[in-house]
Amino acid sequence: MSGDIILKAENITRRFGGLVANSEVNVEVKRGEILGLLGPNGAGKSTLFNIIAGAFPPSEGRIIFEGQDITRLSAPKRCRLGIGRTFQVPKSFDTMTVIENVIVGGFVRHAGASAARRAALETLEFAALSGRADTPAGELTPPEKRRLEVARALATGPKLLLLDEVFAGLTPSEARLGSDLVKRVRDQGVTVVMVEHVMEIVMPLVDRAVVLDLGRVLSVGTPAEVVADPKVITAYLGERHRAA
Amino acid sequence: MSAEALIQVIASGLLMGLVYALIAVGLSLIFGLMDVVNFAHGEFLMVAMYATFGLWLATAIDPILLAPLVTALMFVLGALAYMGVVRHAMRAKANIGMVQIFATFGLAILIQGVAQYLFTPDYRSITGSWLGGQTLQIGGIYLPWPQIYGGLISVAVFGGLYLLMSRTDFGRALEATREDQGAVALVGIDRNRVFALGWGLGAALVGLAGAVLAIFYYIHPQVGGTFALIAYVTVALGGFGSVFGALVAGVIVGLVEALTAVIAPPALKSVGVYALYLAVVFVRPSGLFGRL
Amino acid sequence: MTTDAVLPSSVLAGQSAFVWKRRSQLLIAAAVFLGVAVLPHVIKDVYLQNVMVLTLMFAAVSQSWNILGGYCGQISLGHALYFGVGAYTTSVLFVTYGINPWIGMVAGGVLSALLALGLGWPCFRLKGHYFSIATIVIAETGLLLAHNWDFVGGATGIQWPFNPDSWWTLQFARDKVPYIYFGLGLFIVTWLATYVIEESRWGYWWRAVKDNPEAAQSLGVTVFESKMAAAAISAFFTAIAGAFYAAFVSYIDPESVMAFRFSLLFALPAVLGGIGTLWGPAVGAAILIPVTEITRSYAGGSGSGLDLIIYGALIMLIALLKPEGILSLFRRSPKRESAE
Repeated sequence: MSGDIILKAENITRRFGGLVANSEVNVEVKRGEILGLLGPNGAGKSTLFNIIAGAFPPSEGRIIFEGQDITRLSAPKRCRLGIGRTFQVPKSFDTMTVIENVIVGGFVRHAGASAARRAALETLEFAALSGRADTPAGELTPPEKRRLEVARALATGPKLLLLDEVFAGLTPSEARLGSDLVKRVRDQGVTVVMVEHVMEIVMPLVDRAVVLDLGRVLSVGTPAEVVADPKVITAYLGERHRAA
Repeated sequence: MSAEALIQVIASGLLMGLVYALIAVGLSLIFGLMDVVNFAHGEFLMVAMYATFGLWLATAIDPILLAPLVTALMFVLGALAYMGVVRHAMRAKANIGMVQIFATFGLAILIQGVAQYLFTPDYRSITGSWLGGQTLQIGGIYLPWPQIYGGLISVAVFGGLYLLMSRTDFGRALEATREDQGAVALVGIDRNRVFALGWGLGAALVGLAGAVLAIFYYIHPQVGGTFALIAYVTVALGGFGSVFGALVAGVIVGLVEALTAVIAPPALKSVGVYALYLAVVFVRPSGLFGRL
Repeated sequence: MTTDAVLPSSVLAGQSAFVWKRRSQLLIAAAVFLGVAVLPHVIKDVYLQNVMVLTLMFAAVSQSWNILGGYCGQISLGHALYFGVGAYTTSVLFVTYGINPWIGMVAGGVLSALLALGLGWPCFRLKGHYFSIATIVIAETGLLLAHNWDFVGGATGIQWPFNPDSWWTLQFARDKVPYIYFGLGLFIVTWLATYVIEESRWGYWWRAVKDNPEAAQSLGVTVFESKMAAAAISAFFTAIAGAFYAAFVSYIDPESVMAFRFSLLFALPAVLGGIGTLWGPAVGAAILIPVTEITRSYAGGSGSGLDLIIYGALIMLIALLKPEGILSLFRRSPKRESAE
């Protein structure tokens, strides 16, 4: 795992009217790692996530991707540079089949539809969705929809994949499959940043974790370090998902 | 143009605009409630006009007194239209927007055909009503009493709507269903019942407008189309789902239309309204008061 | 991802199944086109041939409308504008300047495409009903302007001078068959355009924009450009059909080419047949147009309104019973997932 920084969030501040969702947040993502973006409800994880993804701009601060300032770039342009993302509530293209969903993303890397289709078939294999290739996306089960979200984003050939709470509501066995998928994604050379609530899944999976609370960075480090950090324990005190 | 003539134009435009607002608010209400645009709205207006005409013909009772009855009849028609047609349209798995456009559009054509079958395409009018042909003269300004009546009714209705929405259980149920269709079921509000009543209310409102218009407007099977486009533009201008928006937009549309007719050939009077609509939504894509 | 070098057999199987499906679509299309081409020699009745011309033309226009409305999800209810621009461009160029209608046709198409781009720029920031209503008022404005513009004949319209029968000027006094073939040709062109686009970047991007613009953007789709491309292509072909219509009827005025009912007639076949599908508009047109024409001739002449009743009831029935369109009768019904 190389140590260079693929993405930097520099002094990100984001206000929504009177509410400060992110305050002077600094995060560095190392190439090839799986980074967890954690924190209790209202910590500002989703806001930061969306700023990195290009859904809306920060009020202050910059996002640097591979040395390039992308703060003002639109989501499609970020995608073409190599940032892919999933949505917390899967936004599948319901009138299209599973494979067609994936092909949409493929045009970032392939000029023609047949090349995109071939790549999509491979991606579906990778995400264990081959059997559902011709199913309309609206008919998938929730865990399948999650995998489709990931497969679709992967089709764009990202260097950095942003996962938005992909583990929420999964059964333990589904979560294990999901975990395995994330690891295989990283093994392909893709850096992963995941926003997550489900501690039991995330802690064994990530290489490092950034914990946010009330819009600020609370703690950064390996899972073991973060779990032992008294600030983190205090932030989660009273929450059901106690860092164990 | 003299100041008097200008005031005349503005007053006429204002009164007509209030009627446009009345026509539009039913449409806006239905949309705000359930995201459905009723493409048969103009035909509801036409039915109300014919109903008023037919009842007047049969009973010789003045249209003003017939208005409550026509309104009630239209309420029933609206509720039936929901139960019979729209409820099924909303079962579509995809393209719901388009299904309801074309389902209600088919209904519109059907109603037109029925009207033509029953009444022939001939133009009808109500002659000999109390207000018909009477004008109020203030200085050099002549305001036709039917239009004044229409404006007053419209203002009264909007006042009543405000009270209905904010003070009654039904109004609150309407508002709640607008906010979150799924959640209301959890608190025991029957969604279908609210929708049917909503459609009834929407139809009743445009029905009242029809009862008003019948006094001074020619009645024929295509009259709905004339007002329908103005109604849609008014609703969109004010913002779909906004009752207040329908009122404001209606008045603006009436004024713009009247003023355009002065500076441009009368045949082009609608172009001013269209240009206004495009200008507004260019800056505010959901109309003046709509939520996106 | 794995390289192209070694693909699992399931992937290869998926590829070849798809190629076969595409090829069979072409074969079916060829068979249908051939069948239609033979029809005029079997059906000699001039009235029915007239209906054929109109059916083919509306099928072609609806197919074009489908590109913007069915695939890209932008419901235009003002396509009569482009139809009229095509009709008027050709007519004015031919009647006033003697320019050949085929050239006029292309000119009308290009003009409409440019118009669509110009209008798209402000309009595509609008969503849903706001967009549809904008298209209606723009078309109505066009209609009113045509009424009041003497250069294009105002309310009187434009009459094509009587010329001897010729493909060069696209005029045939009594023979309908050449028009049938032109209509068929136009439909084939629009069908092929849809067929090619379906399996192209635009085809996928448009459907993504229709289903979920936000997700589309996260996958690299430039939403605005996609809508513009769809609008331009759709307007181009619609205008060509309008030019054809002008040659066919030899006389146009604002009401006969730009009225709102045309905008609806362009959209209805696609909606009823199956929006966003390859054959939906054709199937819809094949049912709707003959029904419209025949009910109007037999039931509507007296102003009884029966034609409207039948027409309206038909639209309602199809919209309610088969909201996905008639073609969905031939597709497998979705399985019910226990998880949902």
